[in-house]
Amino acid sequence: MFVNFDFDVIRRSLGYLFLDGMTFTLTLTALSALGGIVFGTLIALMRLSGFKLLGRIAGLYVDFMRSLPLVLVIFWFYFLVPYIGQWVTGASRPVNVGAFTSALVTFIMFEAAYFSEIMRAGIQSISKGQPAAANALGLTYAQTMRYVVLPQAFRNMLPVLLTQTIVLFQDTSLVYVLSMPDFLGAASKVAQRDGRLVEMYLFAAVVYFTISCAASFAVRRLQARISIVR
Amino acid sequence: MSYNWNWSIFFEPAPGGTGTYFDMLLRGLWLTIQTGVCAWIIALAFGSVIGVLRTLPSKTAYWIGFAYVEFFRNMPLLVQLFLWFFVLPELLPRSWGLWLKQIPDAPFYTAAIGIGLFMSARVAVQLAAGIASLPRGQKQAATALGLTTFQAYRYILLPIAFRIIMPPLTSEFLNTIKNTAVAITIGLIELTGQARSMQEFSFQVFEAFTAATVMYLLINIVVVVGMRFLERSLAIPGYITGK
Repeated sequence: MFVNFDFDVIRRSLGYLFLDGMTFTLTLTALSALGGIVFGTLIALMRLSGFKLLGRIAGLYVDFMRSLPLVLVIFWFYFLVPYIGQWVTGASRPVNVGAFTSALVTFIMFEAAYFSEIMRAGIQSISKGQPAAANALGLTYAQTMRYVVLPQAFRNMLPVLLTQTIVLFQDTSLVYVLSMPDFLGAASKVAQRDGRLVEMYLFAAVVYFTISCAASFAVRRLQARISIVR
Repeated sequence: MSYNWNWSIFFEPAPGGTGTYFDMLLRGLWLTIQTGVCAWIIALAFGSVIGVLRTLPSKTAYWIGFAYVEFFRNMPLLVQLFLWFFVLPELLPRSWGLWLKQIPDAPFYTAAIGIGLFMSARVAVQLAAGIASLPRGQKQAATALGLTTFQAYRYILLPIAFRIIMPPLTSEFLNTIKNTAVAITIGLIELTGQARSMQEFSFQVFEAFTAATVMYLLINIVVVVGMRFLERSLAIPGYITGK
């Protein structure tokens, strides 16, 4: 059944697939995860701050983002980011920001909603005695969070944050809808150029599968190690 | 902002002669709901079988369930849809492949099956966790009463497990509906797709996407309210989710 297949097309395009495509995918994943965790932690702090209005705004943001499909959000930001750029820089016309920046802003804003739920659970898992003790020692709110609560919350939630990052890694393939050159986009470009859809899509599937499997296996190992320490 | 807002665009006739832009979006909404519900039925059916397999004492059954879940969880949904849509017809015998390619509404069936199987792995994990959370005494009492394994699952374990995992199932159902938007890549013109084509025809980007956003929010609200009602009436008294 594989007689008519030309698996050499994969070897010929390996350089483009990995040096361009996979680099794009991994850079986007890493930067989005970083930005998403930072922004998500801020949202979680807002929700737990005790200020009703601040908490309400953060809650609305999270619910809003979580009820929209990522594809729609990608389209939204693709058209919105130039206008935001214009507003921020005070330019006279919408700013041309480029595909990568637009994708990065999208994923940071979208994933922050999911990361914030994880960080919120992490912060809530810290016993009340910790901030109380920090308070008794005279630490300010910022110091309590910076030195006492967040390091522990982050550590407890590390496996979940990493699992969400694996989901994010898979989700970055959706930039395909804007014809961006991520790994899947690169594979699909070669597939269409050479008329080799079957070979390229099977190869892309195998690569995504291998990376995700290896990553989730590593996360499971990490989880086991962390839970022994505590 | 240098953008020309025009909210009356929804009442202007869309190209194609099939009503206004608003009708176009409504058709997309209807297709999103249809695809989502079909995919959810498939996800529940396959997810239940695999979820049960993962909890059986048999090693083989456990490994089948494990392999199934890992297979569907470790590939992006987009790639899975491509495999079903572009790759599967080529791998089948020629005549079958031709038949598959000629089915009208192929994107719809591909999306329903592809998203259904993708979500079934998540349903399976939830159900296996739900069954594992039941006290061991339930299974033992069923065995002591002389029920076969099938009867124990059919009459004791599954009815309780499903009622316990109602809340996570609600969010998986919402995820299923949201995931139908990915099918835009294989040519399914559902809600996001219609908003996108409205934007291409009318150049009113933000009106089109705002309308689609509002519709997705409405779907969410309806599902959440409906499921909360269902959860409350199905909750088991004395359990965490019960009263």
